[in-house]
Amino acid sequence: MQEYTITVFTENAVGLLNRVTIIFTRRHINIESLTVSASALKGVHKFTIVVNVTQEMVEKVVNQIDKLVDVLKAFYHTNDDVVYQELALYKLSTEVLLKGNEVEKIVREHAARILEITPAFTTIELTGHRDELVLLFDRLDKACGVLQYTSSGRIAIHRSVQESLTQHLEELEELHRTKNIEKIA
Amino acid sequence: MITGSDALLQALIGEGVDTIFGYPGGAIMPVYDRLYDYSRELRHILVRHEQGAVHAAQGYARVSGKVGVCLATSGPGATNLITGIADAMIDSTPLVCIVGQVSAALLGTDAFQETDMVGMSMPTTKWNCQVTDARDIAEAVAKAFYIAGTGRPGPVLIDFTKNAQLGEVDFNYQKCNYIRSYQPNPTVEKQEIEAAAAAINAAKKPFALLGQGVVLANAEQEVVSFLEKADIPFGWTILGKSAVSEQHPLNKGMLGMHGNYAPNAKTNECDVLIAMGMRFDDRVTSDVKVYAQQAKIVHLEIDKAEVNKNVHADFPVVGNLKETLPLLVQKINKAKHTEWIQSFAPLQLVENQKVIDKTLHPAAGDITIGEAVATVSDSLQGNAILVTDVGQQQMIALRYFKVNSTRSVVTSGGLGTMGFGLPAAIGAKVAAPKQEVVLFVGDGGIQMTLQELGTIMQDQIGVKIVVLNNSFLGMVRQWQQLFHQRRYSFTPLQSPDYLTLTKAYGIASYRVTKREELQQGIDAMLNSPDAFLLEIKIAPEDNVFPMIPAGAPFDKIRFE
Repeated sequence: MQEYTITVFTENAVGLLNRVTIIFTRRHINIESLTVSASALKGVHKFTIVVNVTQEMVEKVVNQIDKLVDVLKAFYHTNDDVVYQELALYKLSTEVLLKGNEVEKIVREHAARILEITPAFTTIELTGHRDELVLLFDRLDKACGVLQYTSSGRIAIHRSVQESLTQHLEELEELHRTKNIEKIA
Repeated sequence: MITGSDALLQALIGEGVDTIFGYPGGAIMPVYDRLYDYSRELRHILVRHEQGAVHAAQGYARVSGKVGVCLATSGPGATNLITGIADAMIDSTPLVCIVGQVSAALLGTDAFQETDMVGMSMPTTKWNCQVTDARDIAEAVAKAFYIAGTGRPGPVLIDFTKNAQLGEVDFNYQKCNYIRSYQPNPTVEKQEIEAAAAAINAAKKPFALLGQGVVLANAEQEVVSFLEKADIPFGWTILGKSAVSEQHPLNKGMLGMHGNYAPNAKTNECDVLIAMGMRFDDRVTSDVKVYAQQAKIVHLEIDKAEVNKNVHADFPVVGNLKETLPLLVQKINKAKHTEWIQSFAPLQLVENQKVIDKTLHPAAGDITIGEAVATVSDSLQGNAILVTDVGQQQMIALRYFKVNSTRSVVTSGGLGTMGFGLPAAIGAKVAAPKQEVVLFVGDGGIQMTLQELGTIMQDQIGVKIVVLNNSFLGMVRQWQQLFHQRRYSFTPLQSPDYLTLTKAYGIASYRVTKREELQQGIDAMLNSPDAFLLEIKIAPEDNVFPMIPAGAPFDKIRFE
């Protein structure tokens, strides 16, 4: 078992998220995090899914996702293959925060940002890996109590020069062109 | 401008559809209203329950090689299709199911007969969509047919809202032949062909497994060329039964739980196992940990997700068999494996002595299922389309009924849907009206979709129905006998009087209770130009053997 980041490039089709998640549900695989957003290519959506599975299982799952009609391409990567980040927000009581300089020290050490301060509460933001986000939570909670905590799913970028999808799409278009030419000939 | 309903029907005609199996209802009424004017182009067969429509469409698709079409209303009409859709998904049967839906303005409000059919059918369709605007229906139909019928075929569902059926559209139909995100025929990798050919050329004891993929790819001839050139014996999955003639000397029989002894045994002896268009179902492999461990596995398959799914392929060849097989034939050497092929014979003899002789020629007592099937088969000489339900009669029919040509076996494989048989036989007969269509069905299975006798009556569909009546849910009873100390928990089953019942429907029938009457009954059935029900009373505790118990290794095979 290890952590894999699965990236899925799809057409913007209604209900596709459901089709993708069904594949995990059927095999009783828990999705650790899921992020869906627009990709760099117009009209193409990108899913970033984090799961803990075996190599054999991630291959099977990715093949089944890849086979979905509206999926352009699915890839899987180990953590070494990708640069990835998550984002967390922490809400603290401003009153408690002002009582000492402990929080300032923690924020500085973690290179976190303060987003907003109101008389009632202060919102802090941190981006990083999951364990870094959790560590900051633990420290802040201990120091002054965290009123609210929320974190995003993972987003990731593959460690290669070209977006893997661009190449794949070019190949698809090329294939379609040659097949059409064959037909006309 | 025409209505969305007209656009749907004209699109179906544009796709070459001539037959629809369906059942009207509130949310599909605009389509039915327009259908009334298309009766010359589109034959609509009114079933008695939507499950009948979808199984009939499956039978039609399997026999004709075309996409089967069914039509139903929203809510219960649509949900009644689900079993057949799931069956078509696992058995790769091309279907387009069109269901009505409440008007778009009512979606999500729990309106009368509203159900989330797109959500509900998602795990069991290859693709589905909801059409809420008349302008979108033609494109949806074009995509639906393209997706259902190409690559690895499968069921597609279109959820068509009532407002879209009534809306107006400028109709200009264009078939679909390209979807950017969908590659029905993956590009063949030359290295894969070469590696597979090298493995096959090095084989001393090659063995091939034929699945339905051979039929779906129309690659029957290509498979024969391949097998004959390298002299490779083969076995078949139940859906691959009619892919290559069973009279072929290289045919070694049926694979799997109730398959023949020799091909199952030789799977675990061969040095190279060549699987073609099959997916290593657990009813074929049983325990995969001890399945063909000694063999290098070559897997020719159009669906990449099937490769390495159940059994690791040493030499995968991803692609359409129609493309990959000719390439492979070029690369393989002519070979002779006479000694290896002869080594199947002693095992066939064992099965003959331990099972087949007893089943087909019982000394006395009640008629066996095998005897009934073989006698019908002998009377037809293979000139028939075989349809089965699910259970003992299915396994026995697939073992002993002979067919001559491809696309002449219709059975529910992956899903094992009891009740499939009778409506599937209707669809098969509609697809091939000049051919004899013989259904074998148990007393359990026929009572699941018995209502379709009404369809047979109304549309005069000349199917030949052989009810093998043992007054039990036979296959479950067999497992209870073998694995549950004969505790026959809720498997004894009463039937209606089938002669009275068929009389009510105006269908001819005959009952056989004794061996002496068997041939006479079969003759009466085959001489009838119309539908006929032949009930054969069979031994209540007749069993199907050989049997590899579920999940057990092959050496746990039972002959009795």
